[in-house]
Amino acid sequence: MIVAGCDVGSLTAKTVIMKNNEILAAQVVRAKSHPEESAREVMDKALEQAGLVIDEIAFCVGTGYGRTSIPFAKMVESEIACHGRGAQWQMPSVRMVIDIGGQDAKAIRLDDKGNVIRYVYNDKCASGTGRFLEVMADALNIDLTEMGAVSLTSQNPISISNQCVIFAETEIVSLVNEGKDIADIVSGLHNALAHRVAALAKGIELQEDIVMTGGVAKNVGMFTALEKALGKKIKNIGRDPQINGAIGAAIFAAERLRN
Amino acid sequence: MIVAGCDVGSLTAKAVIMNGSILGYAVIKAKSKPEESAAEVMNKALEKAGLKMEDISYCVGTGYGRSKIPFVNLTMSEIACHGKGAQWIMPSVRTVIDIGGQDCKAMRLDKDGNILKFSTNDKCAAGTGRFLEVMAKLLGVSLDELGTISENAKDPLSLSSTCTVWVQAEVIHHLNSKKPVEDIAAAINRAMAIRVGILAKQVSAEKDICMSGGVAKNKGVVSHLEKVLGVKIKKLKYDPQIVGAIGAAIIAGEKAKGGNMS
Repeated sequence: MIVAGCDVGSLTAKTVIMKNNEILAAQVVRAKSHPEESAREVMDKALEQAGLVIDEIAFCVGTGYGRTSIPFAKMVESEIACHGRGAQWQMPSVRMVIDIGGQDAKAIRLDDKGNVIRYVYNDKCASGTGRFLEVMADALNIDLTEMGAVSLTSQNPISISNQCVIFAETEIVSLVNEGKDIADIVSGLHNALAHRVAALAKGIELQEDIVMTGGVAKNVGMFTALEKALGKKIKNIGRDPQINGAIGAAIFAAERLRN
Repeated sequence: MIVAGCDVGSLTAKAVIMNGSILGYAVIKAKSKPEESAAEVMNKALEKAGLKMEDISYCVGTGYGRSKIPFVNLTMSEIACHGKGAQWIMPSVRTVIDIGGQDCKAMRLDKDGNILKFSTNDKCAAGTGRFLEVMAKLLGVSLDELGTISENAKDPLSLSSTCTVWVQAEVIHHLNSKKPVEDIAAAINRAMAIRVGILAKQVSAEKDICMSGGVAKNKGVVSHLEKVLGVKIKKLKYDPQIVGAIGAAIIAGEKAKGGNMS
């Protein structure tokens, strides 16, 4: 039985196709202006990768910010539920998922079956989300994907005093003008974001094992900064951390078919 | 006795020279170093008053850069100076709402201009002058225009976010959907007024209410704030940007009279 999960976020769209509890295909694309377009494009790419056509998908679950606009989803699930299921399927020992997306951050506590016990999220303030790093990468004129590597050579991370993205951006510009080391600035930014996200996660009591998902989890600098801020190890989920929600959606699709 | 007040903020610096009444004042854009801003604005104010630095018997410094002003005898908090300044200009004032370039404060005063209660936001750009600056730039209008064009809104839009970063995205979306700039400007000024209104309510704002700081010149924000608070905001007869500097000069006068030259 072939099932799919489609996660249409604010910045990227992801699709995972599964058969008999195995991943056949997984794709990530940048979001288009309409969520419907993003959904079609990412699904087409995944189908192509799996060598399938849409009619062969027995059930598809949609999730993410744009979930109600996915034309081929037979059911929608919340991102929180999908992240829980996805993480538990990938690593059964997981009890906490920290997901940092382009426009939000969430911390989710799970039971041993991947059901959500408690969660907290922030989508009100851009500081504490992936957008923080995006704005700062722009201000530093470096690529977002380079930030992790850049931070690794830092000797003395600079402490960023402003929390607000708007104020921190000005602070970064003056740090650059003062001739401060870019690696130290980037490392300071990672610590600042990690601090915000850790405060969020601590609000629901930390539980191990912890995994990090979402695009920001690809940033090695953030990974270590968050470990430091939490005072706990974070397990590497193994697969692309951006597809966790789509995996969870596909698991829900399979469960739905079984019942 | 000739005294002066010098208020060095993040975006502008102001100086006022007084001798019972205002002899001269100046407002300039801030330089990169606060000491430079202070020297320049003071020289301009002295020039307008036809005086020299030696004529000033006491000077009080205030604002973000107050510790860097070389020629002051004393520094005072912005809160205290805004209270004193507003009360001197309009004795009936009991609440001052000051919106600066990167902060916002609400202060409740007694009849002598002393602070009874205050609330301030300098952590989040929303609700500060910076919010309006970012939005004006997006709309391609000046800060002054942002205030005036919103008065012509036919069908004011609304904004669902508070965060300046998310509002930026919403404004871009409205612009791309070809929404009239006036309607967007009205939404921006309203959002600003709602944030500032929260601070004002925290100090239980009482009549008379006045506004100080550059944003007080923005008619759109003022009229929306009047709606939010359900009270008229009294207009001060001086430039709202120099209220803090006036207050600093008033305190300088008190100190000079008291002979306390510490």
